[in-house]
Amino acid sequence: MLKIENLHAEIDGKEILKGLSLEVNAGEIHAIMGPNGAGKSTLAYVLGGRPGYEVTQGTVTFDGKDLLDMEPHERAAAGMFLGFQYPVEIPGVSNVQFLREALNSQRKQRGEEPMSGGEFLKLAKEKAGLLKLDMEMLKRNVNVGFSGGEKKRNEMVQMGILDPQFAVLDETDSGLDIDALKVVGEGINAIMRKSDKGVMLITHYQRLLDYVQPDFVHILAAGRIVKTGSADLAKQLEADGYDEVMAA
Amino acid sequence: MTDIPTIRDEDWRYADSNALAALSPDTFEQWRDIDVPAGETHRESFVLDAADPSLTRIRAKVGEGARLELFAVNLGGDYTRMEVITYLHTGAHFEFGGVTIGGGDAVREFVTRTTHDEPEATSNQVVRSVHWGEATGNFLGAINVGRGGQRTDAAQDFKALVLEKGATANAKPELEIFADDVKCAHGAAIGQMDEMARYYMASRGLAPDVAKRLLVRAFIADAFAALADEDEAERLLEAALKVLEDRL
Repeated sequence: MLKIENLHAEIDGKEILKGLSLEVNAGEIHAIMGPNGAGKSTLAYVLGGRPGYEVTQGTVTFDGKDLLDMEPHERAAAGMFLGFQYPVEIPGVSNVQFLREALNSQRKQRGEEPMSGGEFLKLAKEKAGLLKLDMEMLKRNVNVGFSGGEKKRNEMVQMGILDPQFAVLDETDSGLDIDALKVVGEGINAIMRKSDKGVMLITHYQRLLDYVQPDFVHILAAGRIVKTGSADLAKQLEADGYDEVMAA
Repeated sequence: MTDIPTIRDEDWRYADSNALAALSPDTFEQWRDIDVPAGETHRESFVLDAADPSLTRIRAKVGEGARLELFAVNLGGDYTRMEVITYLHTGAHFEFGGVTIGGGDAVREFVTRTTHDEPEATSNQVVRSVHWGEATGNFLGAINVGRGGQRTDAAQDFKALVLEKGATANAKPELEIFADDVKCAHGAAIGQMDEMARYYMASRGLAPDVAKRLLVRAFIADAFAALADEDEAERLLEAALKVLEDRL
């Protein structure tokens, strides 16, 4: 589904990703763990096409198409979702308005009919309920005045509404309290744990993986995948730390 | 006034001098008077486009406890100036919401002078400017609080969005206060479009022009937030956004 080969990327001329290769098949959840500064967020942004993140070498194909050749909004329409580590506030634009425009913009790009206001509200209500986010929050401006945890839950509500084929979730667990972590974990399972979908879960901690069982765990260090294992690798990391596990 | 003003006059400092020179001296004598009787409300909105004269000059007297509410979109050609001189009687209120928007090399401006020379009068002015090309948007707002203007509450808020290098926005708040028990607030900010917000929107599938329209709409909507008639606010917003769409 997503195939990354020998990916090199830089920001402001500084190389961050140095030959990263990774393949995620449909039905799989991959966790990416790694020390600070390893390039985890850079990987997420490169996949999401953020301006300023320049790919100097390598390829990324998504469902057989060249992902790097697509504009950010085209990637979204093709089924790629990026869950932000720091969701952005947009004053003056309500969540509902934003998401409806986003969904219909995607549908238009795919040649589908727009969703009516009524249908959309029904869908939004269902997904907000799944993530235990008050529907009133969706009427407020995008992320404005939301707590850290509310922003992350809002990201997952957005994911539920947009229903992507593939999600890159960049530290979705950071800033969540224990209860919210469980809700978000269950949300990810409900929305993305399907045979035709894939997930790349970027995280620092093993906690989220208690709820979202990964099929593979990768350690990203200094811009490359240095180790790959099963869910046990995350537990081992939690117990022993990066230095010891990577040296082993 | 028999002479045509020049940009050496403080009140005309950002005007397009060529456009001024082309106007006949009579133009500068054409004032429209608005008298709002005590206790009443006068509300009026304007869409100033290329078909309107370069100058729209209003002199208003707002009676005791009365309200004057003026809302305007300035999207005129070459040089378009709306000037409002307001005298507030005791407890009167002046509400002004203005948007200048457009490209080319035109100068579009609002110039207001609000006199608080009697107690307990209030005023609130919100101006938003969005420009590209080599266009200029200005807000020159004078507030004169005389000795009799105790318990005045006056506010001015100007924000400009410069979409391209080459466009200009000027803010000139001018507060003259001779009473000691007053509140006068003013703020001015000139900036560029929030690139992170645009990227966030793109990552959810919004095409760049749709994202830009949403962001600009949110930005200028502040100017009409005090307009109770929602349909009228919508009409003004759409008139302003039409100019942006023609550009996209």
